[in-house]
Amino acid sequence: MAGKPELHLATALEATGWHPASWREPRARPGEIFTAAYWTDLVREAERGLLDFVTIEDSLGGEGRSDHTGRVRGRLDSVLIASRVAPLTTAIGLVPTVVTTHTEPFHLSKALATLDYVSRGRAGVRVRVDGSAEGAAHFGRRDPETLTREALFAEAADYVEVIRRLQDSWEDEAEIRDVATGRFIDGDKLHYIDFEGPWFSVRGPSITPRPPQGQIPVAVLAHATAAYRLAARSADLVFVTPRDEPDAARIVAEIGAESDVAGREKPPGILADLVVFLDETERAAIGRKARLDELAGEAYVSDAAVFAGTAEQLAELLIALAEQGVTGFRLRPGAIPHDLLAITADVTAALRKTGRYRGPSATTGPTTLRGTLGLGRPASRYAEVRA
Amino acid sequence: MSKPVKQIHLAAHFPGVNNTTVWSDPEAGSHIEFDSFAHLARTAERAKFDFFFLAEGLRLREQGGKIYDLDVVGRPDTFTVLAALAAVTERLGLTGTINSTFNEPYEVARQFASLDHLSGGRAGWNVVTSWDAFTGENFRRGGYLPREQRYERAQAFLSAASTLFDSWRGDEIVADPDRGVFAADPRAGAFAYRDAHFGIEGRFDVPRGPQGRPVILQAGDSEEGREFAAATADAIFTRHGTFEAGQAFYADVKGRLARYGRARDQLVVLPAATFVVGDTDADAHEKAAVIRRKQVSGQTAIKFAEQLWNRDLSGYDPEGPLPEVDPLPGENTISRGRASVRMYRDPIATAREWRKLASARNLSLRELIIEVTGRQTFIGAPGTIAREINHLVQQDASDGFILVPHVTPGGLDEFADAVVPLLQERGVFRSDYEGVTLRDHLGIGSSLPGNLDRSA
Repeated sequence: MAGKPELHLATALEATGWHPASWREPRARPGEIFTAAYWTDLVREAERGLLDFVTIEDSLGGEGRSDHTGRVRGRLDSVLIASRVAPLTTAIGLVPTVVTTHTEPFHLSKALATLDYVSRGRAGVRVRVDGSAEGAAHFGRRDPETLTREALFAEAADYVEVIRRLQDSWEDEAEIRDVATGRFIDGDKLHYIDFEGPWFSVRGPSITPRPPQGQIPVAVLAHATAAYRLAARSADLVFVTPRDEPDAARIVAEIGAESDVAGREKPPGILADLVVFLDETERAAIGRKARLDELAGEAYVSDAAVFAGTAEQLAELLIALAEQGVTGFRLRPGAIPHDLLAITADVTAALRKTGRYRGPSATTGPTTLRGTLGLGRPASRYAEVRA
Repeated sequence: MSKPVKQIHLAAHFPGVNNTTVWSDPEAGSHIEFDSFAHLARTAERAKFDFFFLAEGLRLREQGGKIYDLDVVGRPDTFTVLAALAAVTERLGLTGTINSTFNEPYEVARQFASLDHLSGGRAGWNVVTSWDAFTGENFRRGGYLPREQRYERAQAFLSAASTLFDSWRGDEIVADPDRGVFAADPRAGAFAYRDAHFGIEGRFDVPRGPQGRPVILQAGDSEEGREFAAATADAIFTRHGTFEAGQAFYADVKGRLARYGRARDQLVVLPAATFVVGDTDADAHEKAAVIRRKQVSGQTAIKFAEQLWNRDLSGYDPEGPLPEVDPLPGENTISRGRASVRMYRDPIATAREWRKLASARNLSLRELIIEVTGRQTFIGAPGTIAREINHLVQQDASDGFILVPHVTPGGLDEFADAVVPLLQERGVFRSDYEGVTLRDHLGIGSSLPGNLDRSA
C-alpha cells in the first residue's frame, strides 16, 4: 500500500442517525437533539476518531411536511450548530449545509467566514438546492414552477461564485491600522465584486474580512450529471453515491470529464457516501438493521449504498472503492451513537491497518480544513489581478 | 411611602464600526478574531450583565465615492458569532441586530429559534429596518422600501416570525421509544401567514425554544419607532444625552404600553452609554479628553464636517477655522450607508450654529467636531459613575444602560471590576444570576404560550 494517498474520512451527522427508527434504539438520545450538549458530544466523538470533518444536514423545505408521529421531526440551523460546537473543538472540520435556493449569498458568505473565524480555519460548506413546493411556500417569493433542475443548479453555481468572490473581496493584508494617516484599512485592498446574474446581483465587498482559510471548502452531494457538473465547476469536494465498484469507476470518470470541460487542473476530491450499520459480526449488523426496519415498518433504503457488517469488512469495501479513484468516504451512521462510535473506533482502526489512514500523531499543531484536505491556501483573485 | 428600589439592567455593546471605537489605542485588539468577542462576553458575564449586544451593517460605508477607511471596518455575521459565544458563556443574554428588510421571516425565525435552543434560552433580536437602495445592492430584492413602509414591513416581519415561533406549543415532543411516538401532535409547526408583505405557509421545523420567542429589542427615537417598541418590543435602545430628555422619553414610551394591554415593566428602557473610569474624577476627565482627541483625529474631523456640508472638504485644515461656504442642500450624496447623516435635518442652520459656537469659544474645526459629537456619558471615579447610573435609573430616566466601551476587547474590564461591585453593594444590581434565560434577567416574564389554533 505504500505510496498510495491517505484516504479522507468524514461522517454525516443527522439527528439520531440515518435510519428512521434509529431514535428508538436503547442508546439513542432523541429528547436531546435540540440541545447544544448533544451536538457537542457527537462532534467531539468524531474529533476523537481523527475524522477529517463532520457534515451537518439541513433543509428549508419538504422534509418537515410529514404528519408521521413516529419519525424524528424538526431540526436546528446547521450553520449555528457548527458555530456552537466550534469553540469546543480544535481539529475537526465543520461542514454545515446551506440551501442556495431560498437564501442570500451575501448573508451566507459572511456566516461561513465567521464560522471560519470562530473555528480558526475549520469551516466548510455543503451547498444544496431545494426545488420543493413546500420550500417555496415557506418563503413565498418564488413560483415553484420556475424551480427547474437546470435553473436550480445554475443558480447554485452563481451562488458559490458570489461566496467565493466575497471571500476574496478583502485581500489578506487589507487591515493596516496606520496611525499616521488615520486609516484602519487600505481601501485599495477591498474590492467590489459586481456580480450580476438572473437570480441576484451582488455589489460587495463583504462586511466580513477574508476568512482564515482564504476560501472555505465547498462540497456538493451529487447523484447525476447536473450535480456532477456543478461540483466540477464550483466545488472542492463532491459526495457521491456509487452502488458498487463499477459504478464508482463510472462516477469518477464522469466527474473527471466534467472537470476537464470546466478547465480545472485537478478534479474535486471525491468522497463516496455509505450508510453504515456496524457490529462485531456481520450477522449482528444485519440483524440490527432488520430490527430497525421492523420498527419503522419498512426496509430502509437510501440514495447511498447501505452497508451492514463488520468494520473490517467495511474497510475492505472502502479500499476496493478507493481503487476506482474515490479519494475518501463520508459515512452516514445508521444509528447514533452506536454506528458513530464504530466509525470513530473500529473503522478508523481497520483502515489504519491498511496504511491508508492517518494515525494520532498526524494531527498535532494547528489544523485547518483546507490543510486536512490537502488544499493550499489560495491568494485573493483580486490580489492577483493587481500584482 | 418610598418607592421600591429599582434593579438596574446592564448590557455590553461590542465596540462598533464608528469613531467611538479607538483602534489606534495600544491596548486595542482584533475586531474580528473570536477571542475578542469571547473576552467581552466573558467580562460581561463575570459582571453579571443582562446581555451582550452586537450591531450589524450590511454594506460598508462610503464617503466621497470610496469605502470609509478611518474607522474600524469589518464585522462578523451576527447569528454565527452569537452561537459561538453560547459555547463560552452560560447565563449571559446573546443579542444582535438582524435586518427585517433584507431577510425572510422563515429563515430568521429558524435562526433565532435555533440560537435560543443552542444557548439555553438566551437569544435576543434587535429588529431594524433599512430602506436604502445602497444596501439593497447586496441582496436579491435589491431596490429599496419607501421610507414610510419600513416600519410597516418590520411589523409584518415580526408578526410573521412570531407566528412561526408560536407554531409549536412546546409540549409536542415526547420521544417515547416504547410507544414509537416522537411528536405527539402530527400538525406541530403548521403555520400560515398572509398580509401585504408576506404570504407564507407550511411547517416550521424548529420546536419551541426555551424562551418561546426571543427577546425583542428595538432601537429608535422616532415617533414610529416608539410606537413600534410599545407594541412589540421587550426592550428599547435610546440615545438621550440629558437627564430631562431621558425622563421625558421614559415617561413617553412607558405611557404608550397601556394602549397595547401591557404593564409598565414589560418594556425595559436602555439608553446606550459610553464611559471613562478614572482613579479620581479629575483623572477620568483628563483621560476622557485624551480619548476624545483619539476618537476625532484631524482626518476624522474633516470627514465628519463633509457629512454635514455634503461637500469635499479635503482641502481644509482640521486645525484651522470652519469652512465659510454653506452646506450643499438636498440629498446627502457624499456619505452613504451611515445613519448619522440623517440627523442633520437642516444642514445650513446646523453649520451656522457650529460657526457661532466655534467663534465664541475660539475652536478649530477639529475642536468643534470634538465638542459637537458629544462627550462620554459617564466620566468619573467608580463611585461617581455608580452614583450617576443609579440616580438615572431610580429617577426613571432609564432602566439601565447598554455600555459601549471604546477599546476592544478589554474596554469593559475596568467597569466590571470597579463600578459593578459598587452597584452590587448598593443592592441595585444582581450579585448573581437568579434566572436562566434572558427573559428572566430582564424580568419581563415569559412570552405568550404557543399558538393553540391548529386549524392553519
